[in-house]
Formats: sequence, structure tokens, C-alpha cells
Amino acid sequence: MSDLTLTSPASGVPEAAPRTAPMRAVGPIAWMRQNLFGSWWSTAVTLVLAYLIVRWTIGFVEWAFANAIWSVPYQGNQPQTQICRDMKGVGACWAVVAEKHRFILFGTYPFEEHWRPALVCLLFVGLYVFSAIRRFWNWILVPVWVVTLTVIGILMWGGVFGLPYVPQERWGGLPITLILSTFGLALAFPLAILVALGRRSRMPAIKMLCVLYVELIRGVPLISLLFMASVMFPLFLPEGMNIDKLLRAQVAITLFAGAYLAEVVRAGLQALPRGQYEAAEALGLSYWQKTGLIILPQALRLVIPPLVNTFIGFFKDTSLVLIIGIFDLLTAGKTAIVEPAWQGFGVEVYVTVGAIYLVFCFAMSKYSQDLERELNRHRRR
Amino acid sequence: MSSSASDPRLVSAGPPKRPWRLSWADERVRAVVWQVLVVGLVLAIVWWLWRNTVHNLEVRRIATGFGFLGREAGLPIGETLIEYEPTDTYLRALTVGVLNTLKVAGLGILLATVLGTLVGIARLSQNWLLSKLAGLYVEIIRDVPLLLQLLFWYTILQGLPGPRQSLNPLPHVFLSNRGMKLPFIEWGQAHWFTLLAFVVGIVLTVFYARAMRAKQYADGQPRRVWPAGLLLILGLPLAVWAALGAPFTPDLPALRGFNFRGGITVSPEFFALLLGLVTYTAGFIAEIVRAGILSVNQGQWEAAQALGLRRGEILRKIVLPQALRVIVPPMTSQYLNLTKNSSLAVAIGYQDIVSIANTTLNQTGQAIEGIAIIMLVYLTISLSISLFMNWYNARIALVER
Repeated sequence: MSDLTLTSPASGVPEAAPRTAPMRAVGPIAWMRQNLFGSWWSTAVTLVLAYLIVRWTIGFVEWAFANAIWSVPYQGNQPQTQICRDMKGVGACWAVVAEKHRFILFGTYPFEEHWRPALVCLLFVGLYVFSAIRRFWNWILVPVWVVTLTVIGILMWGGVFGLPYVPQERWGGLPITLILSTFGLALAFPLAILVALGRRSRMPAIKMLCVLYVELIRGVPLISLLFMASVMFPLFLPEGMNIDKLLRAQVAITLFAGAYLAEVVRAGLQALPRGQYEAAEALGLSYWQKTGLIILPQALRLVIPPLVNTFIGFFKDTSLVLIIGIFDLLTAGKTAIVEPAWQGFGVEVYVTVGAIYLVFCFAMSKYSQDLERELNRHRRR
Repeated sequence: MSSSASDPRLVSAGPPKRPWRLSWADERVRAVVWQVLVVGLVLAIVWWLWRNTVHNLEVRRIATGFGFLGREAGLPIGETLIEYEPTDTYLRALTVGVLNTLKVAGLGILLATVLGTLVGIARLSQNWLLSKLAGLYVEIIRDVPLLLQLLFWYTILQGLPGPRQSLNPLPHVFLSNRGMKLPFIEWGQAHWFTLLAFVVGIVLTVFYARAMRAKQYADGQPRRVWPAGLLLILGLPLAVWAALGAPFTPDLPALRGFNFRGGITVSPEFFALLLGLVTYTAGFIAEIVRAGILSVNQGQWEAAQALGLRRGEILRKIVLPQALRVIVPPMTSQYLNLTKNSSLAVAIGYQDIVSIANTTLNQTGQAIEGIAIIMLVYLTISLSISLFMNWYNARIALVER
């Protein structure tokens, strides 16, 4: 090693070739090169997908807008849907939605009173938005909910303040969907908390009852419970006593939602460190003080995102009442195309109804994602 | 742990045994009182409902018991896996229903897992277009009720042209409002043996792969499994088929008069139900797979890259086995959901157990028995899937010291 001098160039090793400047790492071209044309495989995928997307978009725009028919002529009172039938498969017939939108949204509610269910829907949305703002997460929610739900009841039924009375059989459409999901969840939530606490209780009999309830309900489909509510429930009651169909379905949905929510709440109770339970006991708090002041506030906070996901699931599941013939949004949509003149335009109606569900569920899921980010902020660095 | 229980120091460390005191201040007395109260209340409600039911059944002259199962059903069923005539008994009709449910649920679980895994991996793709498209699919499919999706698919399938103008996307495949017609072969005894050989081949391959892996653990040399596997899985059935005379008569669907003859039929009801269930559940499975893959530490990817593995290999050999531990429990509940959601078949007229039991209870008027049958069937299926998935989960769980 000693005969090597520092000044002599290492023999055999050529000098490094001059290198070009590195590839641009910023800017749209660099972004595309990295994310769309990263490799041969990626380039092929991009080209195929781009071709398909362009073709589908053009096809969809042609069907939904360019070739669509927005209204049909009338002969007396009868809509002439022949022009729609001629364009079937080529252009959408939005005329069916234009003609039937009141029916799809509000069902058979008296036509001149439609402002009432419309206002009810707005009130429900307002209630959701209000409850979603974290600043109002305190006792103020209780009177707001009670007052809003009372106003909703007055608006739907009427009979006071000069509003004509509307019997429940004539309610339908979007308000029914919102009523079933809101009341179902509002009633199922306290039930779920009780069952979740019962399932973790040290008392064997209570624990067994709760396990039995949760596992039985979760093992059967919602339809079987709805069938039970519609055909079996009347047999359970004493003679002469009758509960109307909507309320029976509401009970079934509440019981169903309760079992699923109970499992979500239980997950929160289990995730809470034991130290919290022990510290609360060490302070000498009673069981209910411990649960209400220490355990539940923390446990529920842990499971807010899965809770919202369960809410989304139940909002969608209320559509199952179609099978026992309750007039919710989906049933109204399905009934709207029974009329011979409009038969065969199911796709247009289902797309519209699907869009309404999509708006509600998408808003909830975006909210849940934002909330999750917000609540986990202290964990991120 | 068991040895420490006999250790006198640890036994004495527990709280001292206190004698029972008949007082509200004693926690144990309170617990007993509360339990007696709650159980008593539940029993009282159940007894009240039971008494009402018995009374109502008497007043309405509704028969009870499962005697109707042996009577003639008289209900026509469109598609059956076992032979069935309307003159058969209710029991046989209900069995057909259970088999139809199992058929759609089994096939649905298989296809939804494949589609969901593909979409989940696509969402993590480095290709921006692919990942955004997969994200859009998941977001839309999960935010629209399944029942609406089923009605939508069924409407589209019913809107297809009649058999005479049916679409013909591939040779001998016909798509019309009567369903899909696929070519098949005339199935004989030789084909059953071939199928059996195929299954035997798969089982033998699994054992072979296991033996090879044991050898690799012993000397560190990787061995190729696929040549022998290919021979066992494809060669063995082919040999059996050839030995039995290689019967092969294609059964092609063809238009005769107003309808098709030959081939196998996929009814529009079954097709719409399967399509709806698979696309819907795949949206949820995709999210589970994505979360599972993301849960694997980034260091695992980097270490595998440093070992010189390719991206596909890393995913298959390093990441997925670890992700499975996170994926399997929520996947179980998706399988259960799919099975329970298959009951929505009643809305589009596919005759599954709910649909047939519903017709039965309408014909006989025995609502309680009909619903009890539905619930019993689903509870059994749910329990079986849970048990199997729990066994699988325990098998792949991390072995901790």
C-alpha cells in the first residue's frame, strides 16, 4: 500500500463520465412522468384507462344530456311518452323524473300541502348539520332535538294551528326515510349503550341476556326482522290492540340497529385502558358515576368514526322497508314507474333516487373522515 | 400459570373473603337483586307475549307446529339445484331455497373477494388514474343502498331485447331478457370422475408444496413447486378423462322458435342478484384490503426491496401474509353481510330461502314457523362461516412467544 501515491490516478479506473442534470422533480411534466408513465406497465394501464374513461364519458354525456328528453307533450291529461320510447337506450328520459319528482319525494301526501314535508326534510338536514358541529356537543343538543322533532311531528300530522290533518297512511317518500333512520338511531343509541355495558357487566345473568340479544339479531338478516314486524307482531299483542305498520317497522329497525351499535360501543369500552376504570373506582365513584363521567365520554369519543359508518349503513338499510310495503323514498321511486305510460324508465328513476341517497351518505362519510383526522390530531406529529 | 395458583404467597394476595351480609351495602347482594329483577322482567314480557300469541292463534284458528312440512307445496320454483316438482313437499321446497341461498352466497363470496382485492390493490397503485378510479368506484358503490342497486341491475337486464334479437357478445353466448345462455358440454359420469381427479390434484399439490417448503427450511434451497403442481392439477384430470374414453360433446345454445335450447342458463334474477352483491361487497372488501396493506410497516417493503424482490413478489410473499392478520376479522363480517344481504333476493324474485319461506307462510298462514325457519337457516349459516373464519384466523395469527 505504501508505494501508492495520492497524486497518481488510480490505474484502470476511468474518470466518471459527465452526467446530465437530474430529471425535473417538480412541475406537471415531472408529476405525469412519475404518476402516470412511471413504467411500461403503468403507461399501458394509463393509456387503456384513459381510452375507456373518454369513451364512457362521451357515451354517458350523450345519453344523459345530449340525447336526453326533458319533457313530453300532453294530450289532455295523458303524457305522450312515445318520443321517449323511440329514444330508449340512446337518450335518457328525464321527463319521467320531471313529471314524478313530487311523487318520488313526498309520496301520496296531499299535493297542496307538499310544503310541509319539504320543510320537514329541511328541518332534518338542519338538525343533522347542527348536531355535527362540535361546538354544540353539550346539553344544548337535547332541547334542540326535542323541539325540532316536535315541530316535525306537528308539520307531518297537522290538525293544529290551522294545518289540515294528514293521516299517517298518506305520508311517503323522503320524509319517511329520514324519520325511520333518525328516530331509529336516536332510540337505538341509548339501547346500544345499555346493552354494551351489560355485555361487559360482572353479573352473569345480565351478561348472558345481552350476548343472546346481540348475537341473535346479528345472525339474521334485517328482512327477517321486518317480516316478523309485519306478520308476526300482530299475533303478539292482545286482541283489539293494534300498532300501525310504520311504528312496527320502526321498532324492528331500532332493535336491529341497537345490536350493531352495541358492538361498536363495546369496542370503545374495551379499547379504554384499565387504569381509567381503576382510577375512577379509587376515587370512590359509584358505578353510574364512573360510567357516566369517566368511561362513556372517553369510550364514545374513541369510536365516533365507526359509529358514523354504522349510521351510514342504517340510513341505507331503511330502504329495505320496501319489501314490507312501507312508502319510503325507494318504494316511491319504484311505484312511480308502475303507471303504464311511464313503464320501462326505471333506470332514470333509480339513478335519481340513488343520487339522493349518495348525497346524504357521501356528506356523512366525508364528515366522518374529517372528524377522524381532527380527533387523531394529538396522535400525529 | 397453573403452577402459580398453588403458590401460597399468591393465593393469600387476593382480597379477603368476606361473609355475606343481607344489606344493600353489600355489592354481591345488590348484583343478585338486580339480576333477579331484570331476568324476571324479561321472562314476564316473554310470558305475556306468549300468552297473547297462543290466544290469538286459537281465535284465528291458525294451526301450529311443523306438520305442514310434509304436505304438498304446490309452489313452482324456477331454478333448482336438486330435482323438484310443485307436487313435492314443503320440506323439499325449503331445501331448494336453502341450496339457492348457498349457491348465490358461495359464488358471491368467491367473486367479491377477488374483485375487492383487485380494487383494493388498485387503490394503492402508483398509477394516479387507476387509484383515483378505484377510489371513485368504492365511494359511489358504498353510498347507494344495495336494494336500489339490485333493482337497477334487474331493470337493466329486463330491458335487454327478447331472445330473437338477443345480444351475442361472444360466439355461442347469448344475452337476452330471459337471461344469459352459455355453452356447456354434455355432462356424464366420466366428467364427475375428472372433477374428482382435479380436486385430488389440488390436495396433492398442497401436500407437495408443504413438503418442499419443509425441505427448504432444512437446507435453505428454494424449490420449484409449479411444474409438479401443474402436472397434478391439470395432468391428472386429463389422464382420467382420456382413460375413460375422453367424452366431449359440446352443448351449444341455439334459437329454436321463440326461445333457446341447450347450453346452461343464468336467469336474470340470479344474474342481477349476483352482480349487485358482488359489486357492492367488493367496495367494502377493497377498503379492508387497502387498510390491511397500509397497516404493514413501510420498513417491511424497504427491507424486501433491499433483498432484491420485485414489487409483485413483495406484495405476495412479504406484505399480504402480514396484512392477512388485519384483514381476516373484518372480512369475516363482510362475508356474513353478503350472506345476509342475499335475502334481498325476494325483492327481484330470485327464489332463495326467504322468498320460499315467505310464500309458504302466506299459503299456510303459519307465520311464526315460517319466520323461525328463515332465522334458523341464517343463524346456522352465520355460525358456520364465523367458526370457519375463526379457525382460519387462529391459524394465520402471529405466533407470539
